[in-house]
Amino acid sequence: MISYFLKRVLQAIPTFLLVSVFAFGVIRLLPGDPVLLMLGERGGSPELVAEMRAQLGLDQPLPVQYFKFLKGSLQGNFGESIVSNRPVTEEFFGRFPATAELGVLALLFAVLVGIPLGIVAAMMRGKIWDRVLMGVSLFGYSMPIFWWGLLMILLFSVHLGWTPVSGRISPMYDVEPWSGFLLIDVWVRDLGGEGFFNALKYLILPSFVLGTVPMAAIARMTRSSLLEVLKEDYVRTAQAKGLGPFQVVVRHALSNAMIPIVTVAGLMLGTILTGAVLTESIFSWPGIGKWLVSSVIARDYPVIQGGILLISGFVISINILVDTLYLYLNPKMREAQQ
Amino acid sequence: MTKLILSFLLGLSLVQTASAAEDILVYCSEASPSTFNPQLASDGPSFTAAASTVFNRLIEFKYGTTDLVPALAESWKISKDGKVYTFTLRKDVSFHSTKGFTPSRKMNADDVLFSFERMKDKNHPYHNVSGGAYEYFQSLGMGELIDKIVKTSDHQVEFHLKRAHSPFLTDLATSFAVIHSKEYADQLLKSKKQNLMDIEPVGTGPYELVRYVKDSSIRFKANENYFRGVPKIKTLVFSITPDPSVRFQKLKTGECQLIAEPSPTDIEAMKKNPQIEVISQPGLNVGYMAFNVTKAPLNNAKVRRAVAMALNRKEYLKLIYLNTAELAKNPIPPTLWSYDKSTPEIPYNVQKAKALLKEAGYPNGLELTLWTLPVSRPYNPNGKKMGELMQADLAKIGVKLKLLTFDWPTYLDKGRKGEHQLIHLGWISDTGDPDNFFGNLLTCKAKEGGSNYAQWCNAQFDKEILAAQKVTSQKSRTAHYKKAQKIFAKELPWVPLAHARVYRAFSKKLKGYKIHPIGVEEFYPLEWAK
Repeated sequence: MISYFLKRVLQAIPTFLLVSVFAFGVIRLLPGDPVLLMLGERGGSPELVAEMRAQLGLDQPLPVQYFKFLKGSLQGNFGESIVSNRPVTEEFFGRFPATAELGVLALLFAVLVGIPLGIVAAMMRGKIWDRVLMGVSLFGYSMPIFWWGLLMILLFSVHLGWTPVSGRISPMYDVEPWSGFLLIDVWVRDLGGEGFFNALKYLILPSFVLGTVPMAAIARMTRSSLLEVLKEDYVRTAQAKGLGPFQVVVRHALSNAMIPIVTVAGLMLGTILTGAVLTESIFSWPGIGKWLVSSVIARDYPVIQGGILLISGFVISINILVDTLYLYLNPKMREAQQ
Repeated sequence: MTKLILSFLLGLSLVQTASAAEDILVYCSEASPSTFNPQLASDGPSFTAAASTVFNRLIEFKYGTTDLVPALAESWKISKDGKVYTFTLRKDVSFHSTKGFTPSRKMNADDVLFSFERMKDKNHPYHNVSGGAYEYFQSLGMGELIDKIVKTSDHQVEFHLKRAHSPFLTDLATSFAVIHSKEYADQLLKSKKQNLMDIEPVGTGPYELVRYVKDSSIRFKANENYFRGVPKIKTLVFSITPDPSVRFQKLKTGECQLIAEPSPTDIEAMKKNPQIEVISQPGLNVGYMAFNVTKAPLNNAKVRRAVAMALNRKEYLKLIYLNTAELAKNPIPPTLWSYDKSTPEIPYNVQKAKALLKEAGYPNGLELTLWTLPVSRPYNPNGKKMGELMQADLAKIGVKLKLLTFDWPTYLDKGRKGEHQLIHLGWISDTGDPDNFFGNLLTCKAKEGGSNYAQWCNAQFDKEILAAQKVTSQKSRTAHYKKAQKIFAKELPWVPLAHARVYRAFSKKLKGYKIHPIGVEEFYPLEWAK
């Protein structure tokens, strides 16, 4: 298994290099010079522009800039943001916990609601509830996040007053970051249950909005995967033994239907990361999605290239870990590998 | 379980009570600050988060106006030749104390010298800290203007200029010209943590920075030793909310009590809400369409006037600005001193425009290209739509208008090089001095490396602007600027379009709020209604 792990790590190196070329190149393909953008309407003399470009290292040839970036990245130094002058890694890790907290809750919501919805639809195949549930999930799947988010704010925050409009915690609480995960930090900072539930209340709406698309996808996948499995002989045997529909589906069929569901749930992690870009903007959520969007607008080259590299590094690492774990958990695959 | 449920309910109730707390003000700001050192900033959010909260300047703008009032300097004198400015400093100003720094002395001349030398002297140990780009200091030409800064006593400083430059005082009141603590800088230098200077600021202002959670919130507490007296609002929180419609919703639910930059589309709904106060005033801005006067046929003043007269600008106010702007006729807005009320309006007259075009030698019309603004700005919220309206208007006098645009930096870059014929642009004042408009947008010097997109260089106009820079009395300066406006109105290097009104919305419980003409928020004068 160790050799498999090492092989996967070696295979990841070209991917990582390709991503670095892509991250470096794609932002430079976009028209717009960061210095001119910073100066805006006020402008500046050609000398000032040249001086600022030199300070940022933008006056050097592109290959030189790229190899500097690559060398720095391999040493864990992704440069400094043009806008804030702070190290990219510091900026990234300062925001990552907020995105992770939101993403985990959105995924939890998607799984905990999506799977039961899919089961109910499969059990009532062809009936009115099946159609209603699948109609709702199709609606959820096609929902533009931006519009959906604003609609939810209007309904739950403005009209019903149940949830706050945006932010992470009430301004009444002054939480000094410890882990960056607010649901943990409130305990560390002795704000206890009150602080925890307050922070949770701020999480409800954004995680619901972010989790809507994955929830719909998981519900649909659960339904179709379950319907496939329900045709199997052992299900008929279970029914013939006199087991009730609930026991047949949940105890016998679901465990075998889970493989594609888990795969879809895993893929939804990517959807959550991309969806976070919009959700974070609507709910003023201080995560990496919002950070990257504002950096693209400001043409903050080091942040964009460093940020993309760090995120892809994270995704590649998770993939390697999951594949290795899968090998560990599934004896068939282990044998095939050997 | 019961305990958990009680905690949850208490958590819920706190959301509702947060806004009702008397000593906390939540301001919904539009973006994260890029720095907490205004010397390095060029964006409004950084100026609001640091310049008017954490710091002070030698002189400042009187709240809600562009009049100058003493701040860290209690008085100042200007030498007869206008080249030496002497500032006498207050003796009772304390810097903030933070976790890692406790000041041992009051503010003095060393702090003033340190603050300006950092920006001016390239060999200063702090010059290159945090990127070392002092955009305002450089773009206002301060580095080249200031010859030397001399400490004549612990509480007196002289600024020696290379030439007389009357906007200098206004420039010093601008957000970037803050005074830092030299003692704090020395301490950080010893521990090699210079960058903390711009991250954990120590100033003299009404509020002390407690915590900044990136992209989320900024928390301040009142400075109990503030030299103007303790602020009435004890805790100030910026809730960073980039979406203007979300800011409005937060104002409605009481999650914030003052919001930045409301969207013009929300103004009517805000006015109808009994909990919300909406105020407005003409902003220090101008939206215009510049003619590239170096290119034929736009080098002909008659063609320029014909184009200006064919544009139904009043209609644009309704359709583009949604009635949130005023018609412009001068390059400066009416709220700025020296505005010339006597300038004649540019009439909308299609027949006369046609006749002028004929007189200029174009009886069959002509073809022109207009670059439309690629970004939304208060002075021109929708460049594309405005371009289309102009296209329809100019077709009536036989001018076939082609529309073109680029991404924003390319647009500015090509525009500065004069590659356009007609271009949409605008200006929001940084300083509240008329020179900030005239000097930057219409002088021969601004044609070289500034923002003179008309490429217009008029010797008479330049003479007036340069003369106004040399005299210090506001009366004499006004006379020069009025003459300059007359030349502008005759030559029309631009068609002035509009001065956008600035709107602010806040809770009716909040008292003392005024719109600051230069766009920076001030929180010190605010208090809750009793």
